[in-house]
Amino acid sequence: MSAVMGRAPAIARGGSRRLPRPARVGLYAFLLTASVFFLLPLYVMLATSVKPMEEIRLGNLFALPVKMTLQPWAQAWLSACTGLQCDGIRTGFANSVAIVVPSTVLSILLGALNGYALSFWRPRGAQALFVVLLTGAFIPYQVMMFPLVRALAAMGLFGSLPGIVLIHTLFGMPVMTLLFRNYYTGVPRELFMAARIDGGGFWRIFAQLMLPMSLPIVVVAIIMQVTGIWNDYILGLVFAGRDNLPMTVQLNNIINTTTGERLYNVNMAATLLTSLVPLVVYLVSGRWFVRGIAAGAVKG
Amino acid sequence: MASVSIQQLGVRMGTTSILSQLDLDVHEGEFLVLLGPSGCGKSTLLHTIAGLLDAEAGSVHIGGRDVTHADPKDRGIGMVFQSYALYPTMNVERNMSFGLRVAGLPKGEIRKRVERASRMLQLDPLLARKPAQLSGGQRQRVAIGRALVREAQVFLFDEPLSNLDAKLRTELRRELKALHQELGATMIYVTHDQVEAMTLATRVAVMRGGRIQQIGAPGEVYARPANMFVAGFLGSPSMNFVEGLATAASGTPAVPAVLGIRPEHVALRPGSDAFPGARVTLVEPMGAHEVVWLDMQGHKMAAIAPSTGEFPPGAVVGVQMDLARASLFDPNSGVRLDLPPAGFYHRPH
Repeated sequence: MSAVMGRAPAIARGGSRRLPRPARVGLYAFLLTASVFFLLPLYVMLATSVKPMEEIRLGNLFALPVKMTLQPWAQAWLSACTGLQCDGIRTGFANSVAIVVPSTVLSILLGALNGYALSFWRPRGAQALFVVLLTGAFIPYQVMMFPLVRALAAMGLFGSLPGIVLIHTLFGMPVMTLLFRNYYTGVPRELFMAARIDGGGFWRIFAQLMLPMSLPIVVVAIIMQVTGIWNDYILGLVFAGRDNLPMTVQLNNIINTTTGERLYNVNMAATLLTSLVPLVVYLVSGRWFVRGIAAGAVKG
Repeated sequence: MASVSIQQLGVRMGTTSILSQLDLDVHEGEFLVLLGPSGCGKSTLLHTIAGLLDAEAGSVHIGGRDVTHADPKDRGIGMVFQSYALYPTMNVERNMSFGLRVAGLPKGEIRKRVERASRMLQLDPLLARKPAQLSGGQRQRVAIGRALVREAQVFLFDEPLSNLDAKLRTELRRELKALHQELGATMIYVTHDQVEAMTLATRVAVMRGGRIQQIGAPGEVYARPANMFVAGFLGSPSMNFVEGLATAASGTPAVPAVLGIRPEHVALRPGSDAFPGARVTLVEPMGAHEVVWLDMQGHKMAAIAPSTGEFPPGAVVGVQMDLARASLFDPNSGVRLDLPPAGFYHRPH
């Protein structure tokens, strides 16, 4: 009996679906070109960041480093100059963390709450509200910049950490709400009804039932928000204030600060350091990301 | 245990009226089945009793208390849904105790109730499992358990067996009936399955288009349907209808009527003496009996015969109808005519 239930025969694999030879060659040629296109700049950055300046001066952009050194990385992190301060990019890193963590948590919590309220409680005018929120997602930041500056200044939040966190939370709201609303639309309504009969109110059903069920979509939201807010430049530049400038703004300052020779290796190292967080997020969460999207798409 | 009384109930969704001026009384300890095709308003009615939908007009009383505008949790109800609706992140024990924890019952009381319900439903070995680790039948048992621990006055069931396969469905159906006998609680049960309605109900309410067509004991509704819709909806295969003229007693004038006769009241006789011209077109063997489909002068008719293979397709048979157990309907309105069919003349097309 058990022999019958063994492995499925491997007939279906390969065979007829394989592409004819010339098409296959073309496919690989395209894939190779694409990888070179994306990998070459990365290689140049990596190679340059570990070369001493003497080697860079020779101008061989694609040459492998002869005398490898991590000194540019140390300098970028600890002592590169942004304007007058020479503390390296680490202050920017700390600032970015201080901005990203509360912004991500707040925008996800509020987005989930919005999505939950819109899909289960359906208050009067919910549809109109949702449309307005969505419209917000399509209006370019620049249009809203000046009014927001005035509004934050009036609230006394302009140029402060709470100010920039508030801005990121606001700008995250449309997409987060959309994400969670769509996820909760896939949750059977009977589940909500059962919880209502069990006596759950608005907050309890959200906190004890819906939020714990939302893990896959929360992971997706974290990835979107962390990378998005980390990579933000203009909002940080305008709203964060001098003491809270995020890493991206600091990076720009480092690269634009020239006293004598342009330190390409330090610039490259600083750039790589700045992009490290989104990179790690994608590498660590790649599988989760796909799982989250799939869970949202083919639910039920 | 409590009675449920619904008066002049009106419910609308958006601009369409689903129920209007509906009256229904459910007695204490009764198993009432709301039966009807999809879209007839039976689920809407149940959800309104539960407080999940708002009544636009009329009132709902449970146990003599007006709960028309009460919150679902304050109505003393427990409900079981078609999709089980178990909380996926909680294990069986926490699923059952959720409502009790919300209500803030003491821990000892919660444990006692969950233990009792899980023993009744044989869920003890599954208490630590998550819903995803349960089979369909087990999930629905947990859902029933969740309603039981609430010690509700009225239990509401919204097509609870529809998602189960045929074998499990009959099994759980029996368990539900046993549960009702044991608890003696008032139960309201929504289904579109007439077999479930017949087997479970102490009374059936057949619904169509937001109105209750007939309400009564299953046997009564089956034997004396109030109109052609009820007659056709209950029973499988459904009732045969023949148009013609009926006389109530000898001497009275014949009136146009539709004769409704159930397949089990149509007897087949070999030969063609009694009712010439009935030809067997199709035979569906059911094991214990067979359904014989006849072509009777252009009319399609079903009869139930013992599984003897005596009437093969193509055979010409005699048909004998038990007129005493037939029903007569008005051909225009479809409403039952209360005359004993003393004579009936078939009117060919």
